[in-house]
Amino acid sequence: MLIIKNLRASIEGKEILRGISLEVREGEIHAIMGPNGSGKSTLASVLAGRSYVRVTEGSVTYCSRNLLEMTPEERAREGIFLGFQYPVEIPGVSMTNFLKTAVNEQRKHKGMEPLSASDFLKLMREKKEMVGIDSKLDNRSVNEGFSGGEKKKNEILQMAMLEPRLAILDETDSGLDIDALKIVAYGVNKLHKPDNAVIVITHYQRLLDYIIPDVVHVLYDGKIVMTSGKELAMELEKKGYEWVRREMEKND
Amino acid sequence: METSTELTEKYHRLFRENITGIESVSAPFFNSFRGKAIEKFISTGLPSRKNEAYKYTDLNTYFRQDFESYFVPGQSDFEKASKFRCDVEELDVYTVMLLNGFYPENGNKFIQLPAGVWIGTLNEAATRFRQVVEYHFNRYVSNVNDGLIHLNTALASGGLFIYVPENVQTSKPVQIVNIIDSEKDIFNQRRNLIVVGANSSFTLIVCDHTLSLNKFLTNTVTEIYTGENASFNILRVQNEHDSSFKITNTFIYQDRNSVVTSGNITLHGGLVRNSTTHYLAGQGAECNSYGLYLTDKWQHADNYVNVEHLAPRCTSNQLYKGVLDDMSTGTFNGRIYVAQGAQGTSAYQKNNNILLAADAKMYTRPQLEIYADDVKCSHGATVGQLNEDEMFYLQSRGIDKNEARLMLMSAFAHEVIQNIPVKPLRNRMDELVIQRLRGELTRCTYCTIKCG
Repeated sequence: MLIIKNLRASIEGKEILRGISLEVREGEIHAIMGPNGSGKSTLASVLAGRSYVRVTEGSVTYCSRNLLEMTPEERAREGIFLGFQYPVEIPGVSMTNFLKTAVNEQRKHKGMEPLSASDFLKLMREKKEMVGIDSKLDNRSVNEGFSGGEKKKNEILQMAMLEPRLAILDETDSGLDIDALKIVAYGVNKLHKPDNAVIVITHYQRLLDYIIPDVVHVLYDGKIVMTSGKELAMELEKKGYEWVRREMEKND
Repeated sequence: METSTELTEKYHRLFRENITGIESVSAPFFNSFRGKAIEKFISTGLPSRKNEAYKYTDLNTYFRQDFESYFVPGQSDFEKASKFRCDVEELDVYTVMLLNGFYPENGNKFIQLPAGVWIGTLNEAATRFRQVVEYHFNRYVSNVNDGLIHLNTALASGGLFIYVPENVQTSKPVQIVNIIDSEKDIFNQRRNLIVVGANSSFTLIVCDHTLSLNKFLTNTVTEIYTGENASFNILRVQNEHDSSFKITNTFIYQDRNSVVTSGNITLHGGLVRNSTTHYLAGQGAECNSYGLYLTDKWQHADNYVNVEHLAPRCTSNQLYKGVLDDMSTGTFNGRIYVAQGAQGTSAYQKNNNILLAADAKMYTRPQLEIYADDVKCSHGATVGQLNEDEMFYLQSRGIDKNEARLMLMSAFAHEVIQNIPVKPLRNRMDELVIQRLRGELTRCTYCTIKCG
């Protein structure tokens, strides 16, 4: 589904990603772990199409298409979803209008009729129930005045509404208490199916107690330095990123 | 090109040539002000850009143009204007049509609405409500030394009078549909007087439209008095064409504990200058002034707001926002004046602007003059582009770039629109703003006359 080959990218002339290769197949959950500043969020930004990250080398193929040539909205309509580390507050844009526009843009892309107001509200109710979110959203602006937990839960609700083929969750666990973390993880697991895939980007192993990855990668200084099964996350938790650094130096 | 002295002479000549006609259709009381007013006009002239309040708007450009004066409309004009329909659905209002500033005298000269509000011509009011008119007329502009006001007092021959007696609660707003329509290019002076008595509440919606494509220059003066504990809400919606030049001068005198909300929504117009003055003259009075302007092409929108805190414990809020495209320009000048002794004043001001094109320009200027020491005051102004993080968030959910821009711009405008007092109008204004920002709204969109 997603093939990243030797990806190099920089922000304002500074190279952040220094040759990343990665393959994600349908049905898989990948975890990308790494210390602060290792390039995790930059990788998420490249995949979602943020313009301030400049790709200097390598390729990203998504469902046999060159992802890097697609606009952010095309990527979203083709099934890529980015769960933001810091969801943006947009005063004045109502949650309902925002979600309805997003859902209908996607339906239009698939050649489907737009949802009527009542069908949309029904869908939203179902999805909220499905992912176990009970926040009142109807008359609120996008993320405005939401608590940290509400913002992240709102990301999961959006994911549920859009049913992505590939979800990239960028530090969705940061700033969450254990209850909110469980709700987020429950939502992600509920939405995970054999024909879609998830990339979970996280600093801590904690989230991976609830979302069990098939593959764990360790990103360090812009490169993937370790790839293994879920036990790698446990080892990291025990030994810390300092261990990764020492291993790297040993190899040098 | 005419010098400013020649321009003053041009309008003095206009006065001399038309004064007999004007006086013949006006009440003697108003005529008694004309001689002095034209003298003052001759000594001040039209406001120039040296005047702080007019720094970014060159009025001479508009006043230099030639217009055919048009002081009294005919019967047939009103018949055409009466075909105009406001199409805001479920808008439960009393509607009054004005043509080129004139109240149609073919029907009842004066009407009293069920709630007890009187509406009619200013000339008729001079007889029927003599005491009210003689007390209030010209009172709230008498200290204003502005050539536009003098010119209006000298030349205006018609206008509207609205009188809300004391202790009248109105739930249904009055809507004035102000149509400008003429086969000739016209220079139009209007004079209105609105008196809201103590303990009364009243909402007025003024919709400015132009029908024909001729060149129009309008200079309106509206004096408003709100009595003790009165509550008054006035909204002006302007949707005119590119060769319409509209200047509104509104003076609102607020007595003790009165609350006034005044709004200006400018959707379209060649030149729009709205000058709004609130005199917070009685203790505990409150005013809220808000405005929205959406400009493109060569349009110029100028909002001048002057809030004078003259008594203790008054509150004022100003919120003005603009979206400017192409090579259009905008000006916001917000003055807050706090007199000595106006202790316990709270005064706030905010002006935010989005520029959509490199050639669009916005001049924004707070002007604070504070002579009291117990004062809470803040002001802030921004000029910028749309927020990139917000744009990306919307796009990352599959929303098209143009649609995302539109959502953000209408959200930006909504902060102003939510102040509109009547819900159907508020909803409609949200729609109109979206259409306007999509480029789908023209002066003709909602006109049922379809003159082609």
